[in-house]
Amino acid sequence: MKLTGKEVAHVAGLARLEMSEGEMEKFAVQLNAILEFADKLNKLETKDILPTAHVLPLKNVFREDLVCPGLERKEALRNAPEEEEGMFRVPRVIE
Amino acid sequence: MLEEFTLAEALKRLGKREISALELTEAALRRIEAVDESVKAFVTVTSDEALAAATLMDAKRLSGEEMPPLAGIPMALKDNLCTKGVLTTCSSKILANFKPPYDATVVELLRAAGAVMLGKTNLDEFAMGSSTENSALFTTRNPWDLERVPGGSSGGSAAAVAADEVCFALGSDTGGSIRQPAAFCGVVGLKPTYGRVSRYGLIAFASSLDQIGPFTKDISDCAVVMNAIAGYDSRDTTSVPLASQDYTAQLSDGVKGLKIGVPKEYFAEGIDPDVRHAVQKALAVLVSLGAEAEEISLPHTDFGIPVYYLIAPAEASSNLARYDGVQYGYRAEADNLLEMYKKTRSRGFGSEVKRRIMLGTYALSSGYYDAYYLKALKVRTLIKQDFDEAFEKFDLILTPTTPSTAFKAGTVEDPLTMYLNDICTIPVNLAGLPALSMPCGFVNNLPVGLQLIGKPFAEATILRAAYAYEQHSGLAKKKPSLCGKGVPQDE
Repeated sequence: MKLTGKEVAHVAGLARLEMSEGEMEKFAVQLNAILEFADKLNKLETKDILPTAHVLPLKNVFREDLVCPGLERKEALRNAPEEEEGMFRVPRVIE
Repeated sequence: MLEEFTLAEALKRLGKREISALELTEAALRRIEAVDESVKAFVTVTSDEALAAATLMDAKRLSGEEMPPLAGIPMALKDNLCTKGVLTTCSSKILANFKPPYDATVVELLRAAGAVMLGKTNLDEFAMGSSTENSALFTTRNPWDLERVPGGSSGGSAAAVAADEVCFALGSDTGGSIRQPAAFCGVVGLKPTYGRVSRYGLIAFASSLDQIGPFTKDISDCAVVMNAIAGYDSRDTTSVPLASQDYTAQLSDGVKGLKIGVPKEYFAEGIDPDVRHAVQKALAVLVSLGAEAEEISLPHTDFGIPVYYLIAPAEASSNLARYDGVQYGYRAEADNLLEMYKKTRSRGFGSEVKRRIMLGTYALSSGYYDAYYLKALKVRTLIKQDFDEAFEKFDLILTPTTPSTAFKAGTVEDPLTMYLNDICTIPVNLAGLPALSMPCGFVNNLPVGLQLIGKPFAEATILRAAYAYEQHSGLAKKKPSLCGKGVPQDE
């Protein structure tokens, strides 16, 4: 096993997910199977190979710094689960 | 039957005023009404907007205005493409009530081209899957056999075209999500070169792999839709500033002298012998028409799936971090912010999405980044180099699209087994290449998909070979049993 139950819980925390013990166990088994499958990659020597994060030869893409019309506040808030005074409302952040 | 028309046929008749756009749209809506209870391709049907848009097109035509290229053509969009004011769910609970404030670029382009949107189609949640079984809403059925899946993730779009519910549809392809369902449903599906079609307004899954493309009933329709959607867009910084081109121009140029590489790894043991046979027969047809074929090797093919299942989840875990219940989408009630994030995401996402977020988060996490994510990026380079070398000698690469024909719903439960479905399509996304799937035969009355892979931005070459084959095979005319025989009962 590459991933222990404890690590699965840690990763879930990083990903802002919570799950039951049962779900956690199932995930541990499935994730381990996938990671073991991925071990195949270690058969390849890649010390001198450059990584490809992207197939296009792109660096930074800039545009002119022009003022353009953006989304109206009302439009931006239309899908908000909760709003107040033209802003997104969330539960308390600081205790 | 108006709904059976190809795009080209419909355009011809609209142009001659033998039919109106309203009649065409009404026929398609009637078809949806009649069959979609069984096929379940649509998440949302926008009848009123469609009838209004069709009426507008008819009025334009009557007044003698010059008509845009897709005027009055009924189509559908995968439900991960943003449509202004129209539900865009990604077939996920977390976006169940999301109405985007803007249109995706491809949606703007299709509207400008006069196409009539009939609705939004089902997908595996956030485009993660190969069967639509990961949809939080329902599983779409394969029009050739309603017990079987249509493939995925763009299963709804593929099934809608196969069942004559629309003239064409758009999907998105991250590891095969256009080509695999096109193969399973017996329609044409094209994944363009990465960067050829703007991704602005496509809800992101894995940004270095995602690409939007068309599902059509035949090859020339595919070229026509590409004409409408391909092009540079400043709102997608990965879209490539190339001049637009007419993809229909070279269709009839034939395949004489075209060099086709046939990679032996794609015909190995994992491929169903009947599928292999059908694809080899298609190759023989192309050779008989003047193409030159040679066996080649793409030695890193086998590493495609492990590379993909590290890179795509890593990108997804980052892209899907935005679903936090703050600005849009589902929010679970909680006393503090952290609890709200966790409850929102845990209740809003389905298990495949969570599995991939977990896998990606792990592959990117401190201590594992080099071993998994970086390693995968390096092997991605090797996979891309295989293709680069092959394309120094060859114009096209020919393979099966999928290892088998459509499987029965509910029969593949292990995630890893499901992932193996994309073995022939994934390397293409990793290398950013264009590739098309088209029907090349039938096994037990289920369609087999032929995949043609091209050089970057050489969609026209793919379409030329595909067109030559299609003219010879006549398979584009074959319709699923669903059509013309009344509607079978689901389940």
